[in-house]
Amino acid sequence: MAKVEREGSVSEGELREFLREMLLIRRFEEKVEERFRAGELPGFLHVAIGQEAVAVGVCSALGEDDVFASTHRAHGHTLARGTHPNHVMAELYGKLEGCSRGYGGSMHLYDVERGNMGANAVVGGGLPAVTGAALAFKLRGEARVALAFFGDGATNIGTFHEALNLAQLWRVPAVFVCENNAWAESTPASQHMPITDMSDRALAFGMEAISVYGQDVEEVRAATERALQHARSGEGPVFMDVETYRLTGHYVGDPQVYRPKGELDELRETQDPIDRLRERLGLADEELERIDREVTEIVEESVRFAKAGTDPAPEDALKNVYA
Amino acid sequence: MPELSYREAVRDALSRAMRADEDVFVMGEDIAEMGGSMGVTQGMLAEFGADRVRNTPISEMGIVGAGIGAAMQGMRPVVEIMYEDFLTLSLEQIVNQAAKHRYMSGGQLKVPITIRTQGGAGWSPGAQHAQQLEAWLVHVPGLKVVFASTPADVRGLLWSSIYDDNPVIFFEHRTLYGLKEEVPDELEPIPLGQARVHREGTDVTVVATGRLVHESLAAAQEAETHGLSVEVVDPRTLQPLDERALVESVQKTNRCVVAHEAVTRMGFGAEVAAVVQYAAFDWLDAPIERVGARFTPIPFAPVMEEFVVPHANDVLAAILRTVGKDVDGG
Repeated sequence: MAKVEREGSVSEGELREFLREMLLIRRFEEKVEERFRAGELPGFLHVAIGQEAVAVGVCSALGEDDVFASTHRAHGHTLARGTHPNHVMAELYGKLEGCSRGYGGSMHLYDVERGNMGANAVVGGGLPAVTGAALAFKLRGEARVALAFFGDGATNIGTFHEALNLAQLWRVPAVFVCENNAWAESTPASQHMPITDMSDRALAFGMEAISVYGQDVEEVRAATERALQHARSGEGPVFMDVETYRLTGHYVGDPQVYRPKGELDELRETQDPIDRLRERLGLADEELERIDREVTEIVEESVRFAKAGTDPAPEDALKNVYA
Repeated sequence: MPELSYREAVRDALSRAMRADEDVFVMGEDIAEMGGSMGVTQGMLAEFGADRVRNTPISEMGIVGAGIGAAMQGMRPVVEIMYEDFLTLSLEQIVNQAAKHRYMSGGQLKVPITIRTQGGAGWSPGAQHAQQLEAWLVHVPGLKVVFASTPADVRGLLWSSIYDDNPVIFFEHRTLYGLKEEVPDELEPIPLGQARVHREGTDVTVVATGRLVHESLAAAQEAETHGLSVEVVDPRTLQPLDERALVESVQKTNRCVVAHEAVTRMGFGAEVAAVVQYAAFDWLDAPIERVGARFTPIPFAPVMEEFVVPHANDVLAAILRTVGKDVDGG
């Protein structure tokens, strides 16, 4: 296990782009919360406010032909991979223009063209398929990597252990990114894990593990590059334990009665990845405000696009059951 | 024409597909050196190597899920689940993942995985190695379900399942592996969703699957001594179901018996009965009879096992009830 330090492989220009993307994701999710509370969005949804550096750091490192699977908290991953905000928002509104054509919703965002093999609403449910995708790449001799996002809560379920065991056994090019925000819905890590160092999970399989501080996008990016390089070179899969913070509830509207009083305020003060990157870049207020205006307009436009989108016909429900 | 056992016919379909197509590979527990617990994959390791005849740990949900992921990337994996009782361990992956990725993605994905498994009573393996669980799977939109009863059928249907772009759950029956018949030199794919009339008749239709196809053919033979002409139809594919073939048969015979080894209650036969009564209500001269296992786990002691699962005499009794007779001819 190695602790990754900043390696300075990312240029200042790229870092500014990261900031823009992270802010876009933040504003997108804030807007989604707002529209949900206004009663415009069906179903229910989970935002990843506070975890933007993980999405952007990891997805920016992926190669064009790499694939990934996401979780119920998937907006950030999907946007960071380049799916247009219009198509993500349209999905949340249940429109045919949505990235899953209105068949998926917030917890089932897909964009196969961009290697998004689906956000999964069964915790840990997508992990074995990541091992299998990586197996396909290995069998065909393709230099591609399959990557899984999942949370600390997922490390308790059988699919996690079976998927990692198979991946290491078969030395497939997979990367397992644990977004370790220390909460499984409302259950703290102390109540769901008998260990304190998450990367010990990987040791059980003899798997390469990297621990990384997930509120620093540069660190995440550097660690992901290393992990991808390791996997792509045929040395086998990598487990990334990414320490991150969910600066909201489990779902939109979660009263978070389980959280110690004051914890959230403190975390928002100290663990906001966007504040951190802004400081790192020494960005002036007006510069940040300019970026903010730009991304806010993109988000507003996505809402306009989604609302003007096409509702599926009821009988469209009968399509796509079989190929 | 070569004679193949049901076991060899499965192997033949797998081997031909793997020779024809690099994207096809098999994985499962004990399938490599050992050749599978039923001997189906014997010899395949030597021909295709360990990458494509992939021995796996005991990880049913892991290997089904890995097959799903490989399938989504364009492979055509065939995963063997040693006993269908162990399908229960992989059901989350089958029901929530394989069956739904295409739908949830709005048609962006295909999941061309075939999951082969086998089961069935008749050799006292006890309650965790002898169930017939096909009814669980036919209830899930997005899955196709096949249950083949002869060597020629199992070969042609497995080929079609491998090349189907949907997840297919492919049931084999434990007691049929040794069954032999002549099959054509060339493998003839059998389209999914096409029933087979095994025996034509005019008085009663028996719709049967798996082992009960053979029990029903024996019962039909016996029914002749009662002056009855019995038609035996095997749907072969349970989902999609060739409703038309079943209904047309009953419209000809006016009587229907449904027979499977799985428990009768809430079984596949209940759906067949519903389909037939709705489409052929005006043709029916008797209530539709159902034959299946009693509502118990499969017991161990042979005398109890024999009692719980149906046999030819149970099918015959049901046939006779549809014409108002009992087995003693009364």
